[in-house]
Amino acid sequence: MKKILALIMASVMMLGVVGCSGGEEAADVKSEGVMTYAEYAAAELETPVVVETYVQAKQGWWENQATLYTQDKEGGYFLYNMPCTEEEYNKLTPGTKIKVSGHKTAWAGEVEIIDSTFEIMEGNYVAEAMDATALLGTEELINHQNKLVAFNGLTVEASTDANGNEAAFLYNWDGSGEAGTDSDLYFNASINGATYTFVVEYYLCNETTDVYKAVQGLNVGDTIDLEGFLYWYEGAQPHVTSVIVK
Amino acid sequence: MMFTKKFTAFLLSAAVTLPFVLTGCHGSRGLDPFVIPEEFDTSRNYEITFWAKNDTNKTQTDIYHQAIEDFQAIYPNITVNLRLYTDYSRIYNDVITNISTNTTPNVCITYPDHIATYRTGTNVVVPLDELFANEKYGLGGSEVRFDSPAKDEIIPQFLSECVIDGTHYALPFMRSTEACYVNKTYVEALGYTVPDVLTWDFVWEVSEAATEKNADGTFRINGQNVMLPFIYKSTDNMMIQVLRQKGADYSTAEGDILLFNDTTEEFLYTVAEHAATEAFTTFKISSYPANFLNAGQCIFAVDSTAGATWMGTDAPLSDISEENLVRFETAVRMIPQFDPDNPAMISQGPSVCMFNKGDPQEVLASWLFMQYLLTNDVQIAYSGTEGYVPVTSKAQSSGEYQDYLSRSGEDNDHYYSVKLDAAKLLLDHTDDTFVTPVFNGSASLRSAAGQLIENVTKSVRRSETVDDAYMETLYADITSLYRLDSVGTSVSTGKTDLGPLPPAAAALLSVLGITWAGILVYCGRELWKKRKK
Repeated sequence: MKKILALIMASVMMLGVVGCSGGEEAADVKSEGVMTYAEYAAAELETPVVVETYVQAKQGWWENQATLYTQDKEGGYFLYNMPCTEEEYNKLTPGTKIKVSGHKTAWAGEVEIIDSTFEIMEGNYVAEAMDATALLGTEELINHQNKLVAFNGLTVEASTDANGNEAAFLYNWDGSGEAGTDSDLYFNASINGATYTFVVEYYLCNETTDVYKAVQGLNVGDTIDLEGFLYWYEGAQPHVTSVIVK
Repeated sequence: MMFTKKFTAFLLSAAVTLPFVLTGCHGSRGLDPFVIPEEFDTSRNYEITFWAKNDTNKTQTDIYHQAIEDFQAIYPNITVNLRLYTDYSRIYNDVITNISTNTTPNVCITYPDHIATYRTGTNVVVPLDELFANEKYGLGGSEVRFDSPAKDEIIPQFLSECVIDGTHYALPFMRSTEACYVNKTYVEALGYTVPDVLTWDFVWEVSEAATEKNADGTFRINGQNVMLPFIYKSTDNMMIQVLRQKGADYSTAEGDILLFNDTTEEFLYTVAEHAATEAFTTFKISSYPANFLNAGQCIFAVDSTAGATWMGTDAPLSDISEENLVRFETAVRMIPQFDPDNPAMISQGPSVCMFNKGDPQEVLASWLFMQYLLTNDVQIAYSGTEGYVPVTSKAQSSGEYQDYLSRSGEDNDHYYSVKLDAAKLLLDHTDDTFVTPVFNGSASLRSAAGQLIENVTKSVRRSETVDDAYMETLYADITSLYRLDSVGTSVSTGKTDLGPLPPAAAALLSVLGITWAGILVYCGRELWKKRKK
């Protein structure tokens, strides 16, 4: 009898735990005064915004400011030059929940939060990449700006540097950079007859990272799967964090 | 008793030696001053590093490589390793980091403002006056293996910008100024004529006119949803040049901060007025002026003459897609002026400085390379990559350069007319250029000047009230952010707030205090004993 009772109690507890966990996954409940992603997306530019979001990746810390790719369960938020000490910056790891108050703005098409303050909160969430392959070249793509997305089955196309030389990738947009310097990597990849440009942002993924090395090893014609943050500069310009050659 | 004597001896010796120990701990003496060797030892091989900045421009990096290759052919015993940057501030930051470990580059592209900070270390940056004048290895020296310019062949205006505290610490490498790239087509469509010299009043008036909208919300002038008539790339320069044109204060040569004055405030209110109508915005707030200009979404784009290849419908460099490009005629003018008869514009552009090393021969090898950057081959090639001008009269007056200038518009690449117009602008107005005083902290003051404009513009866009109270807070915030209250102090007294004492130093000082206390106790005790006897 005791054994059965213990079993029932353990089962109830397990269900409770699962229930709690499932609840957190299902609904990203915001604190009072905090915007939902929909409210944030609807907010006018140059207006104050308050969001709760989760750090997904860090682009860098520079002169007491951090630039972060963050996301909640609904959408992405790019935090540009957020005042932050180095000690605070080191506490921000993928999944860390933060409450951010700042102003929504746009720079060359990239919607971001600037002049912000933040506090670390209880909670953790690391986003899965959303497959956005079918959205490439559509007007729907911008609705997923700043989220971690995946593009699968693309073909590497030749890039042309400023001197007309072709390569599978370029150091900087025109080939003016070099290996061993702080150069971003630019490469083109196509699907369904259209070609798109992708970037490995040096300050997000430097030459020691797998993705930087993978792009340095690309050949024209390779079939690749990509993951990255859907950054915007005069159009979609994903900041790639993973490249797998098929 | 023996123990007491020994202890006393220990205390005394500790008291004598500790100050030296402490002195030794608190920062090294630094390198010995560089002394020019009698002869350059060509029997040895040298490996030097050159940190260079390019404008994300492949041609510029190619020219650096070519210059190094050509120099190494002349001096086979010198190997130059190039490290490329696209941002001055990154070079600055890396140099600062490397000064402490004595791993600075040998030669480095830089701004004089930055050198002022590098110089806070002992003998870190090599003063160049003696090198300039050295008969064998100086400018135009007898033992230099290439056609090096003489000192008087460097444009005096540009060379004088490399003087800090009466000594040359750099050579100019390229010079540029700012230009206003004008969509002449739109100005005329609005019923105006582009004058030879733009005034601030003209630019504000046309910019306001361009904000007029159609009933459907699009802008009348371009039929688009976006029109930012006046965009300024460097608001640091904007404020500095306005103050100079108005004859207002900015700073003293010694580093006293005079930025927060009536002229500054008056101009900030003007900025606020035009930011409110969105007739004015900045690069930091909106994006690159060239992108908006080329998309027909901007009329007055102020940017460096070294950004000319990005400006205009036919610009060889462009960051926007073909479908967004709009055809228009581009006019290149001086930045807006308050007094067209007495124009004033900033002189800017990269300089090169040299860092000291333990081996004077290595420094001399670096100096030879530095000089090589001023040869006609390098000067003419590099200046042609953008709207730069060569820094030597030797290059400027050469047949090759004069031919280049005469071929404006032959193509939209090397002879791109906007680029050549930008270069000619500076060549024609070199005497109208100026630079701001250089001192430890001048880089911060410069940033602060621009931040005033950025903050006011942002605040207006956010519907915040810009009034006297706002200005007061703004000045306090900017002073604090850029630590301007300590800039003047550090310059005039040579003292810098070094922060709290390191724990090791604090511990050593405590030991010293205890030692002295012990000595005093012992002496007191001895004296008391003697008196007792």
